[in-house]
Amino acid sequence: MSKMNIAKPKRRTVWDFIKQQPLGFIGLILILIMSIAAIFSPEVAPYHPEDVDFEASPALGGGQPSWDHLLGADAFGRDILSRLIYGARTALSIGFLSAFIGCTVGAIIGTTSAYFGGKIDLIIQRLIDLMLSFPIVVLAIVVIAVFPKTVVAGIDINVIIAIAIPFTPKVARVIRSQALTIVTLPYVDAAKSAGFSATRTIFRHILPNVTAPYLIMLTAFIGQAILLEASLSYLGLGVVEPTPSWGLMLSGVNSDYYRTAAWMIIYPGLAVSIAVFSFNLFGDSLRDWLDPKLKL
Amino acid sequence: MLKYAIKRILLMIPTLLAVAVIVFLVLRVVPGDIVELKLTAEGGEVSLEQIEAEKTRLGLNDPLHVQFIKYMSGLPRGDLGISLWTEEPVSAEIAARIGLSFELALLSTILAVIIAFPLGTLSALFRGTILDYIIRILTIGGIAVPSFWLGMLLIMLVLATIGTLPPLGTVSLFADPLVNLQQMIWPAISVGYRYSSVVARMLRSSILEVLSEDYIRTARAKGLYEKIVIVKHGMRNALLPTVTVIGLEFAFLLGGLVVTESVFNLNGIGKLFVDSVVRNDLNLLQGLVLTVATAFVVVNLLIDLFYAALDPRIRYQS
Repeated sequence: MSKMNIAKPKRRTVWDFIKQQPLGFIGLILILIMSIAAIFSPEVAPYHPEDVDFEASPALGGGQPSWDHLLGADAFGRDILSRLIYGARTALSIGFLSAFIGCTVGAIIGTTSAYFGGKIDLIIQRLIDLMLSFPIVVLAIVVIAVFPKTVVAGIDINVIIAIAIPFTPKVARVIRSQALTIVTLPYVDAAKSAGFSATRTIFRHILPNVTAPYLIMLTAFIGQAILLEASLSYLGLGVVEPTPSWGLMLSGVNSDYYRTAAWMIIYPGLAVSIAVFSFNLFGDSLRDWLDPKLKL
Repeated sequence: MLKYAIKRILLMIPTLLAVAVIVFLVLRVVPGDIVELKLTAEGGEVSLEQIEAEKTRLGLNDPLHVQFIKYMSGLPRGDLGISLWTEEPVSAEIAARIGLSFELALLSTILAVIIAFPLGTLSALFRGTILDYIIRILTIGGIAVPSFWLGMLLIMLVLATIGTLPPLGTVSLFADPLVNLQQMIWPAISVGYRYSSVVARMLRSSILEVLSEDYIRTARAKGLYEKIVIVKHGMRNALLPTVTVIGLEFAFLLGGLVVTESVFNLNGIGKLFVDSVVRNDLNLLQGLVLTVATAFVVVNLLIDLFYAALDPRIRYQS
């Protein structure tokens, strides 16, 4: 017993995550599969999403799932599987970008609020309270009403902003509560007394320490954002034709097709559900693993 | 208690005023022009003069501060202006539809609570077992499945089994409760699945949190029956956060209703909300947003009062 047993600092690896959070790992794999489908859409999809095959239109009694069209065809005779694969691009890009913007802006507002405290903190908190008194969908639709439609490089900027804005106050609130304990720590005092500017202290010393809740919220909100994009597009307020989007594929389905072309309804909704499910599963497990006490 | 209640009610006023002002300002930046949309909807050429004349008639050309004073002075009387599209009072448009949405909200809340309580409790008590895993997957699914898609699947199911879908939302609850319930149950399920998942998850995590508290260990150590420990000491304390979630979800239900009412073609405020955006009907949108905010603030107040009634610590603190 001459040597003291010093516990090694626990390094948690990806392997630990797989072992401890099998459900989260399944989510991660599904996310990877979807990402690959989205990135390599032209290689993976059997058809171009806008290719029209009128003979396969359910309006003419065709379009059933077959070897030509594995998941069937839509009212214009467009291949559903191909539109789903290209739709993953829309869903994941809008989902990721809006969650990223919402979480990052929210994190900056939250840490700033905690750093300055006092009146600034109070004003920011009241504004956040105000924004939190609206359901996410309602806030997003109001933003859609206010922002003109803007498409840059095939990506709907206004939809991304509309989804990001309702996330911002939620993230700001959680991050602020985490940052409040950090600003009392000695190294923040040290940074302040070393004469660092507020910007430097916030970005270099406080923000890096809220990475765990930030990552957890980012994954959770990507799922939410995909769901929101689908809902907005379904309502005709999000992405517009001919961009392949899962929500849009469900929009304006003729009532006859409820009986005759169930595949037009089943698969796009399944795609949304699986995508959101995977992100939620992964996000949930990430939280259990990194910070079980975090409340979203 | 009364003093606390009055204080909380008075605190609502500045919040709602702030919402009213911000909503007014934000919506004045809207670039779309309702008048042009309205006049061209009937087809044909519309001259610039006609558009300007219509705008003046609707008061859209008034200076901003005049519009603002008119809007703010109407609020205390419950006057939300007129809908720019139908030219009916906004409050009348909302009042005509809010009953349906409220019924749907209430029905899905009842469904959600009935489903969520057993699920959440079982999941917590049998933590780590197969049962817990199944319930967790079911409830994560509830948050992932889009409610409008679930609604579409339900319509498909009804069509395939019963054959025809009863025309929705046409029979009022008071005229024929049974037919009304037959119509409302499907949209209520499609909203309720998500709702019950949220509540069940909250219940699970708060039961787990409470069960690790010291007073639970004390209760067990003094030899109480496990049933009493769980129900009297555990559930009671786990209920508080769960009630909050039920209340907040209820206040936020309009979000779910926006899409569900579109699927089932129900003429509630969710659909009105979408219509107001599509038509650029600012006055109506403004009125609806204020209604949503009011609902939220009122529900929040009720939750706080409920808390204060249950927990004396909250009453004395403030």
